[in-house]
Amino acid sequence: MAGASKAVTDSRANLPFVYRQYSAEQLREVLYKMYLIRRFEEGAEECYTRGLIHGTMHLSIGQEASAMGICMPLAEDDQITSTHRGHGHCIAKGAEVKRMFAEFFGKTSGYCKGRGGSMHIADVGKGNLGANGIVGGGIPIAVGAALSSKMMKTGKVVVSFFGDGANNEGAFHEALNMAAIWKLPVIFVCENNGYGMSTSTARSTAVKNIAERAAAYSMPGVIVNGNIFSEVAEASHQAVARARAGEGPTLIESKTYRHRGHSKSDRNRYRTKEEIEDWMSNRDPITLFESELREFGFIDDKGIEAIRDAVAQEIADGIEFAKASPSPDVRDTGNYVYTEQA
Amino acid sequence: MDAMVRELSYAQAIQEAMAIAMDMDERVFLMGEDIGVYGGAFQVTGDLVERFGTERVIDTPISELGGAGVAVGAALTGMRPIFEFQFSDFATLAMEQIVNQAAKMRFMLGGEVSVPVVMRFPAGSGTGAAAQHSQSLEAWLGHVPGLKVIQPATPYDAKGMLLAAVADPDPVMIFEHKLLYKMKGPVPEGYYTVPIGKADIRREGRDLTIVATSIMVQKALDAAAVLESEGIDVEIVDLRTIRPMDKQTVIDSVKKTSRLMCVYEAVKTLGIGAEVSAMIAESEAFDYLDAPIVRLGGAETPIPYNPELEKATVPQIPDIITAARDLVKGVR
Ligand SMILES: Cc1ncc(C[n+]2csc(CCOP(=O)(O)OP(=O)(O)O)c2C)c(N)n1
Ligand SMILES: [Mg+2]
Repeated sequence: MAGASKAVTDSRANLPFVYRQYSAEQLREVLYKMYLIRRFEEGAEECYTRGLIHGTMHLSIGQEASAMGICMPLAEDDQITSTHRGHGHCIAKGAEVKRMFAEFFGKTSGYCKGRGGSMHIADVGKGNLGANGIVGGGIPIAVGAALSSKMMKTGKVVVSFFGDGANNEGAFHEALNMAAIWKLPVIFVCENNGYGMSTSTARSTAVKNIAERAAAYSMPGVIVNGNIFSEVAEASHQAVARARAGEGPTLIESKTYRHRGHSKSDRNRYRTKEEIEDWMSNRDPITLFESELREFGFIDDKGIEAIRDAVAQEIADGIEFAKASPSPDVRDTGNYVYTEQA
Repeated sequence: MDAMVRELSYAQAIQEAMAIAMDMDERVFLMGEDIGVYGGAFQVTGDLVERFGTERVIDTPISELGGAGVAVGAALTGMRPIFEFQFSDFATLAMEQIVNQAAKMRFMLGGEVSVPVVMRFPAGSGTGAAAQHSQSLEAWLGHVPGLKVIQPATPYDAKGMLLAAVADPDPVMIFEHKLLYKMKGPVPEGYYTVPIGKADIRREGRDLTIVATSIMVQKALDAAAVLESEGIDVEIVDLRTIRPMDKQTVIDSVKKTSRLMCVYEAVKTLGIGAEVSAMIAESEAFDYLDAPIVRLGGAETPIPYNPELEKATVPQIPDIITAARDLVKGVR
């Protein structure tokens, strides 16, 4: 991407973290990916409504800065475990939207060859060990991946994404404890969007901030505004540095909001229209990041327009790719249950 | 006078049963994830929270192990909880409380206590929810002495068996196939029970006994209608309870028809079909068999996301028709 290089000057010194840390090109790439996540989910939602995709899906629209901010300091071979609301994590870790669409369409060219769908989307090649249909299911797995990293001395850092609801599962508590006693290179990222399905954190969780639970496991607990890309990326950056230095885990609570219902069957009875409206119009993570980029001179209207157009094209191409891909053969239903052996 | 009979969906029938139980007995209460204002993931509790309040329709955090344990503890000490798992797959997170605690407590304490807890499990495939939200794990729990495990197949049975479960002094596990929730059928108003541990002959026939569970009962009935036009007369036994199993009804049916086929959605091996077949092989009905027993169960694979593959992993009506035809005609 071209343009806006005038911003790369000393005046950056007073800007928030990411504007000092990353190049203009990298930052524009972040905006591109945030749009890619948003448009991917809008596209998937539309395909679902038109009956092209079956099952259900959980959209992370409104949480894009969180996924992008956390993944920003990760290397390609660092790993993540994700959740049922995992499309954003998948894209942020480097997945191609065309193969994600193909998965949603149940095609063999999809990341899980049509066996997993939205709730099990993964991209092992890029270090995404998979979304998870079980709330909290990925948290101990991330600790195991971090144990591998330590034992095999690979230097990999592992991020476990999960929601506010997941912090009430036993798995969360057991996993944090083990990560702490063994000083593992893992980062626990609680994307607190205020609700686990219909149950607000006030009704489900004894502490006010989930980050407070870090104290019980002797690790830093950091709260960030999950809708501000720079804040999330800065916290992630520090946690990654700590993990790489062998100092152990961090719990980051990224406070955010999902614009859409929990899944495709949500009547939104547990929250008000005003609340949703407020988050959409006043705290949208893409709008916030875009206006910062503009204000600090990293992009102009033309640049933004170019990004939106390119994203729209990538989405359209992705859907076409998915449609044109072959379906799995019903006779292959038994494949992949066990490791194929010669 | 007979009670008024209406057409209700399976989900409505369960909801009505829970409301009746709560009206009749103030010890009865509901617990589960998102069963309050959300109405439950499948709208089974629906608006019950408006009627009974949040004290008796309790939203738990997402804590299956803890939630099930709380229900067990409340049942142990005088309450009558009905605990809803959002999906039966999440029983796996609560196995400790179900298997080690609820099932064994009365036994371990020499009969000094009982655990009258009811647990409800929305189960089965067919919704595109893939491998972790589509399983049929009833045989897992059916393996555990101390539990009672039921699978009502109609709205009528769903209501009557739930009320029987609430009245039962022991832990009762109810597996409800998600695709049945919208199925409609006649349901009388008011209180009635359908006994746990009693199978139901849903169709009488001469040529073949099909023992089916849950959603497979309706599929078997549909298959039987087709087979009838070919001159094959199928008897269908709806097992309804898998622990304790109603052996006599199955034995008597097999003695009459001399052929047995088991149809169930769960993975074929080491499941209900194996149990029913072995039970018949051990019984006096064995001598009456004219053909090998046939099991039609789920494929030996997790449930896939792709809709065509998903369908292919569980028995469908044409599969039942073909297998029944081959069995009766002696094709092997
Ligand atoms: C063990 C388990 N329990 C319940 C569910 C059903 N369920 C799926 S997502 C969800 C809410 C999760 O809330 P949270 O962790 O806050 O994540 P969010 O959906 O808000 O992203 C629930 C209850 C599940 N999938 N797994
Ligand atoms: Mg949440």
